[in-house]
Amino acid sequence: MSDVDTKNQAPSVATDLQDERLRHGEGLRDAVGGVARQVRGGDVGILPVVAGLVVIAIVFNSLNSIFLSSGNVSNILLESVPVGIIALGIVCVLLVAQIDLSVGSVSGLAAALLAVLWIDKGMSVLVAVLLALAMGVAIGWLYGQMFNRLGVPSFVITLAGLLGFLGVQLWLLGTKGAVNLPFDSWLVTFAQLKFVPAWLSYVLVAVAAVGLFASGYARAQERRKAGLSAQSVTLLAVRSAALLVGLGLFVAYLNDTRGVGWMFVFFLALVLLMHYVLTRTAFGRSMFAVGGNPDAARRAGINVESVYTRVFVLCSLFAVLGGVLAASRLAAANQSSGGADVNLNAIAAAVIGGTSLFGGRGSAFAALLGVLVIQSISNGLTLLSLDSSYRFMITGGVLLLAVGLDSIARRSRVSHGRA
Amino acid sequence: MSPATATPPATTTTESILSLRGITKTFGAVAALTDVDLDVAAGQVVAIVGDNGAGKSTLVKVLSGVHAADAGTINFQGQQVHIPTPAAAQRLGIATVYQDLALCENLNVVENLFLGQELRPGRLDEVAMEVRSWELLRELSAKVPTVRIPVASLSGGQRQTVAIARSLLGEPKIVILDEPTAALGVAQTAEVLNLLERLRERGHGVIMVSHNMADVKAVADTVVVLRLGRNNGVFDVGAVSQEDIVAAITGASDNVVSQRAARRDGPANPTTDEGQPR
Repeated sequence: MSDVDTKNQAPSVATDLQDERLRHGEGLRDAVGGVARQVRGGDVGILPVVAGLVVIAIVFNSLNSIFLSSGNVSNILLESVPVGIIALGIVCVLLVAQIDLSVGSVSGLAAALLAVLWIDKGMSVLVAVLLALAMGVAIGWLYGQMFNRLGVPSFVITLAGLLGFLGVQLWLLGTKGAVNLPFDSWLVTFAQLKFVPAWLSYVLVAVAAVGLFASGYARAQERRKAGLSAQSVTLLAVRSAALLVGLGLFVAYLNDTRGVGWMFVFFLALVLLMHYVLTRTAFGRSMFAVGGNPDAARRAGINVESVYTRVFVLCSLFAVLGGVLAASRLAAANQSSGGADVNLNAIAAAVIGGTSLFGGRGSAFAALLGVLVIQSISNGLTLLSLDSSYRFMITGGVLLLAVGLDSIARRSRVSHGRA
Repeated sequence: MSPATATPPATTTTESILSLRGITKTFGAVAALTDVDLDVAAGQVVAIVGDNGAGKSTLVKVLSGVHAADAGTINFQGQQVHIPTPAAAQRLGIATVYQDLALCENLNVVENLFLGQELRPGRLDEVAMEVRSWELLRELSAKVPTVRIPVASLSGGQRQTVAIARSLLGEPKIVILDEPTAALGVAQTAEVLNLLERLRERGHGVIMVSHNMADVKAVADTVVVLRLGRNNGVFDVGAVSQEDIVAAITGASDNVVSQRAARRDGPANPTTDEGQPR
């Protein structure tokens, strides 16, 4: 009956746009205006990090023109993958308003375990990798149990993990301290030498653009059929065309030299997978709910403890994967695998990418964009022959900037009633 | 001890879908509930009233699975049940609208409505959820401009509506509302009372915790009075005066409310007596 009423009153207005207080539009210009309104309201999204990347590119390229060369960009992308994958896990724990400080140690332990099982014990690569992943699951599960049953803050549990698993890593490697991985194994070549053939890279770009348009179009059609507002076909087409041209030119530039590494494609696939999980599944939704208001989530029937456990497992799993790929890229596991700044780089990447430290806000793309910022800075400073002291100082400054921006945006959201 | 004449439950012969017997709950040394009984039939609005600390909220929490009762039995649709978790309560068909509404401020209206009961969990059916959300909100005449903004942007009344709409999603047998009108304006209060009547017509059992005697008299069939964690009378709304209910709540017919009423009625006009007990 209400359907009939709706149609009589407003034949042309979608169900969700009938309130007269609502400012809306479906076209291109309205989309741009909407973004401007969002930013003023403190919903800055990925804007600051994209701007940051542009500034970094301009500054470092003016200091050393190798920075933006095809070969170097391709290298930055490959270098980003291990920490980027670890940052994906950090995004998950930050979303539920927790933290995992042990990802560096866990990744190092994974590298050591892989090397020992594979080289010293003579197991096949695949079995060694699977056992390392199983260890990641076990560690995450352990964290989850400690957190849920004992109520110890995740900060403290994972700080213990940071020390403990570093110890296990050193113990595993024993007195020799390092194990080299054979260069001719598929795992090492995958991480170092495998690049997407030029023709295939263009096909993948086209598939991405068509996929973006098709999924957007299907969703818009479904919404129109249900009487809801939807994005205009023009907007969808413009968006997909922009992706096609932008990504196509970028890939063409990389194809001048080595092209796009398969490992980076693998990372992109993981980011897209996590984006799907976070935005389009009930599990992803429950993570946002737990991060926003755990009490409300519990009373809505969500098994909050299970969400925490699964998130810790996911994070440790990504840490192991990152550690395995880092070792493969280095073709060695040693005492400093996963040490030094891996831990903080991963956390910084997630935060710089726009994941809120306060929980309930973030996206999988935060890991991708954040790690590109971190890795670009690190790479640029190396090109300038500046040692790691400067790298630490500058990365620290960028992290502070990102956290400050997060807090300011949060305050702005509160004052605009969107917190 | 109680001067209030407790009449037997006004529930006519209809069978109760929910009946509690001897519910007891203690927090440390404090007995929040002692031997409380409660019956709710299909199509019946039961108001639970009582002073602060009478155990109303604890009783609601026992029913909604937040706290487990220490002793006593819960019969739901003729079977004895345990309600260990909120999820178990939902599965049984007991939906609760909490006083603090229990909404996630960072999620939008649709996400909040379907939280924990999303359609197609592996690939969320956003369109169906949004359409259903609009249906529900229209049904409640909700004045929410868009369902795609975070709940943080909504006013208190709008949030209350969202919370009530959420409780109706699973077609519950029993709907529990904890102080549903406390934060609402005049028109929205009337809307919520209309909604309670619509729930009754649809055959839901409704439990409403309230401080507001006017609302209770306006919509409830039966009033259950709690005092210091114990039953202190069950009244048929049609056959009881507001003074009797207040007497049962305070434990004496000569109480601060009646004294105030007498003071105001005595010298001035005798017509204004719809004052609320405070």
